[in-house]
Amino acid sequence: MKLHHAIFGTALALAAASAPAAAADITGAGATFPFPLYSKWAEAYKKETGTGLNYQSIGSGGGIRQIKAKTVDFGATDSPLKGDDLEKSGLVQFPTVLGGVVPIVNVQGIQDGQLKLSGEVLADIYRGQVKKWNDPRIAELNQGVSLPDANITPVYRSDGSGTTSIFTDYLSNVSADWKQQLGTGTTVNWPVGLGGKGNEGVAATVKQVVNAIGYVEYAYAKQNKMPVAQMRNKDGAFVAPDDKTFAAAAANADWNSAPGFGISLVNQAGAQAWPITGATFILVYKSPDRPEQVAEVLKFFDWAYKSGDALAADLDYVPLPDAVADQVRGVWAKEIKDKSGKPLFPGNPS
Amino acid sequence: MHTQVTAGSVGQGEVALSQAASPRRPALAVSDQVFRAAALACALLVLTVLVGILASMLYGGWPVFREFGLVDFVAGSTWDVNNDRYGAWPAIAGTLSTALIALVLGVPISLGIAVFLTQLSPPWLKRPIGTAVEILAAVPSIVYGMWGLFVLAPLVAAYVQVPLNQVVEGLPIVGTILYSQVPSGTGIATAGVILAFMIIPFIASVTRDMFDQIPTVLRESAYGIGCTTWEVVRHVLVPQAGVSIIGAIMLGLGRALGETMAVTFVVGNANRLSASIFEPGSTIASRIANEFNEALGLQMSALIALGCVLFVVTFVVLAVARALIARVKVY
Repeated sequence: MKLHHAIFGTALALAAASAPAAAADITGAGATFPFPLYSKWAEAYKKETGTGLNYQSIGSGGGIRQIKAKTVDFGATDSPLKGDDLEKSGLVQFPTVLGGVVPIVNVQGIQDGQLKLSGEVLADIYRGQVKKWNDPRIAELNQGVSLPDANITPVYRSDGSGTTSIFTDYLSNVSADWKQQLGTGTTVNWPVGLGGKGNEGVAATVKQVVNAIGYVEYAYAKQNKMPVAQMRNKDGAFVAPDDKTFAAAAANADWNSAPGFGISLVNQAGAQAWPITGATFILVYKSPDRPEQVAEVLKFFDWAYKSGDALAADLDYVPLPDAVADQVRGVWAKEIKDKSGKPLFPGNPS
Repeated sequence: MHTQVTAGSVGQGEVALSQAASPRRPALAVSDQVFRAAALACALLVLTVLVGILASMLYGGWPVFREFGLVDFVAGSTWDVNNDRYGAWPAIAGTLSTALIALVLGVPISLGIAVFLTQLSPPWLKRPIGTAVEILAAVPSIVYGMWGLFVLAPLVAAYVQVPLNQVVEGLPIVGTILYSQVPSGTGIATAGVILAFMIIPFIASVTRDMFDQIPTVLRESAYGIGCTTWEVVRHVLVPQAGVSIIGAIMLGLGRALGETMAVTFVVGNANRLSASIFEPGSTIASRIANEFNEALGLQMSALIALGCVLFVVTFVVLAVARALIARVKVY
């Protein structure tokens, strides 16, 4: 009996000790791509301000469902919602970080950054039209590199994902055949190749299967030290992926050309721009049911724009350019209001 | 005192005995009723949950059944999310073929294990091997998947697919079934092998129990008239336990049909139907596991409809298994 009491007492004490001292936690759900970053930001933010963030990485589809059901304070999605969807649901959408999708290859004799590809060739590889590594279309982009006479195995994401969304958006942009036959989406009807589950699955499969090609988020290619291919961008220059080329893609973009900043960042103009770049987005209500929670959400992301850049770069994400962050703050001040019409965000550009 | 207890007089006998032992407490009747009600509630809860699952899956999948019709959905081959065309046949074919391969590989091995453990093994070896087989059942599914992807797939690619490709390339029927364009190690066959490992413990332990239940007198009479061990197994044990072995196999089949994570890692995840077992494919469970997170609208209904198809198939298999095992004759 004494042990019983002791355990009960300890449990009560622990529960009391762990009760949050400051404001209520903010809740969010959605995209898996930025999850590692949001966790790191949440940890640092809680240390600074005492407000915690509870983020459930259930996928973009889940995030959109949850915010529309009003079960969370904000939703996160890799593929932006369209303007009429935002209007109908009364949501405001804004971007948080950028990421790049990079092609990884496993070909004998090809080093990291040695192989050069163009968008049309990449689309035709994934359509099964370009079947061998020594195909003349690949050879002409890679003069002087010896390519083996071997079948190409394209590897794609078997699960629905924002990475696939960005990748197929790019392929639709550069290849009319792709756009007509397969289109853009989190899952498409891949005609050839193997599927791997998650970025990890694709990386593992490409590593194991000789003469394979796959696409992953930049962080996975970097951390797994996989050989990456250079891509030819819109300006005709061959660029290698790194945070400078991703930022170059975002810098030249006109963020206001689509509702809710939902522009496509693929195939942007700019000599240094990486052609397969994308952003990840947050959704909040224009007139939320719980304005004090959404005010906290905006404070969190404002802090992230100001002080979260180093953490983002550590994890191989690309921070949003400051000019865009200011535009986002302007939208918050103008659009997000509480019941009495008072804006929830002060709206001072830093 | 000699009390004649017949079916009718049990009640009075009970009362008489308990009156002789201690005064009958009125609270006993109430607590008995409460106990019965609670037990009934538990049973009804399970039944309600089962019916609820089936009903909610039918409801969730209804848009797709209405749009394509049951036959078109089950027999269709295209799974195109962008154009909202859904056909379940490649997933169903993948589920059935991986389960079939698992049975073809797993059943002989399980029978061998059961025969060895009950008839042939020395007593000191029975415990370790028996425990090892049970532990095989306790390995988490996702661990099987990771082992399959990182260990088994490269081995299959190097030692099975590459030599096989050289041998069967161009052969008419055998070539179509066994040739793989890319020896990647992942595919229907590898998924079948992993599933075989997963169902061996189930089939082996049920079969082992069935063999143990056969009266020793039958075996000893067979040995007594001069049968060899093989003849005893072939002509005495297997026919006696026959029906329940079928039941055990169907239990294993039920597990193989629904297994998700292990299969998702190694099946190659291609939404296409191929003739070759070494080509990548997909199963119903792997399709759902892959796409459900990001699914919206008609795609989600299609995945729920797939789940409904799997639920019905597995339910039927398990119901048949239970019926068969219950028919074991008790001596």
